[in-house]
Amino acid sequence: MWTWFYRLASPPYVYRTAAAFAPWLLVSAAVCIVYGIVDGLAFAPPDYQQGDAFRIIYVHAPAGWLSMFGYTLMAVAGAVGLIWRIKMGHAVAAAVAPIGASFTVLGLVTGSLWGRPMWGTYWAWDPRLTSELILLFLYFGVISLRSAFEDPNRGDRAAALLAIVGVVNVPIIHYSVQWWNSLHQGATVMKFEKSSMPGSMLWPLLAMFLGYMLFFGAVLCIRVRAEILNRERQASWVREAVQA
Amino acid sequence: MSIGAVAAMRLLLRRELTLSFRRPEQLLQPLVFFLIVTTLFPLGLSPQLSLLREMAPGVLWVAALLASLLSMDGLFKSDADDGTLEQLALSGQSLGIIVIAKTIAHWLVSGVALVVVSPVVATTLAIPIEAFPIMMLSLAMGTLTLSWLGAIGAGLTVGLRRGSVLLSLIILPLAMPLLIFGANATDRAIGGESAAGPLYFLAALCVFTTTLAPFAASTALRITLE
Repeated sequence: MWTWFYRLASPPYVYRTAAAFAPWLLVSAAVCIVYGIVDGLAFAPPDYQQGDAFRIIYVHAPAGWLSMFGYTLMAVAGAVGLIWRIKMGHAVAAAVAPIGASFTVLGLVTGSLWGRPMWGTYWAWDPRLTSELILLFLYFGVISLRSAFEDPNRGDRAAALLAIVGVVNVPIIHYSVQWWNSLHQGATVMKFEKSSMPGSMLWPLLAMFLGYMLFFGAVLCIRVRAEILNRERQASWVREAVQA
Repeated sequence: MSIGAVAAMRLLLRRELTLSFRRPEQLLQPLVFFLIVTTLFPLGLSPQLSLLREMAPGVLWVAALLASLLSMDGLFKSDADDGTLEQLALSGQSLGIIVIAKTIAHWLVSGVALVVVSPVVATTLAIPIEAFPIMMLSLAMGTLTLSWLGAIGAGLTVGLRRGSVLLSLIILPLAMPLLIFGANATDRAIGGESAAGPLYFLAALCVFTTTLAPFAASTALRITLE
């Protein structure tokens, strides 16, 4: 198991493995998402309270979940790079940041579109939307800190440290925003309890979750490959790989 | 020559404070900024005292956060520019000691000064005198927490040419819980309610950052100094 872990630190190995994984991930992501979209948007029963508008959940909830997963992955990969000085950790952290930020934007946009029919406004200072917005700011901070350094090594490590500090702060921000909101307005948010959802609604949602994650993995593979090529452009194996 | 950690910290603290008081304009600028920003709100919103009282905690806290961040940028900058910071790092004392001394000195000259002038600002925003103790206590804890967060940010951006905007960009999202609890404590004090809840949260954040931020900030310095 450890040899497998050590091999993950080798850029050529990661480069080839990511190339092998990417098409499979893409195809399975497409299958899951197509099933989830068709079943969720066309066949799942409408919600008794929200009608057809609830169907936004199929694109919204997985995006929100992946935005947090992406941030955690970025911090963990950064920590691996910072503590064990494994270059691939930083490459993964750099590759995952824009993906996570994109899913955060997707979560915010779909959330505000959902807010229009439900709350009558595109933006409500709902705790989830607010902490998602702050998460987006945290992503921006990490991305701009990395690019602010001329020396990529320093930029990597500085961004990794900021991501770790941010990950410690995310629960604090989340709970303080909830607490703040409960003081200023009544509970206007409908809470979905997963277990109370009937299967016909739940299965497409689970498929969408899986499909989003697979898609996330596929894009990550592609971006990590580009990141490795850029970082290792002086290495002889890159020249061979590109010429081949 | 080696001296104990406490002695080194005391020396550093005295050096920082002396340096700050030799340049009083640097002390005053954030305070003037604080006064100007709080003047902008009545001009932009309305001079009605009842409305101002409603907005006062938020205005006060946003202005305090911005004013405190303004001086944060210089925390390690001048020492890094003339090489003092590298000498300090090579002195054999741990970087954590240096960070703690510099951050506490920063809080003493910027945070405490903000707390001291806050009653003036509060009066212009129609905050009643009874709310002053809680407001000042919450500001004191909030600015200390912000100084710790800012030390991490200043450590990360010290080598950069355009560090100050980036510093605000990375620190302000982390400081949002402070704004929530601080403004809420002040709000409750104005309304005559018990502000214990948000004050406890602020105190918890203060203790949390005081224990962990020195490690994070010295790691940040180690990354950027190397």
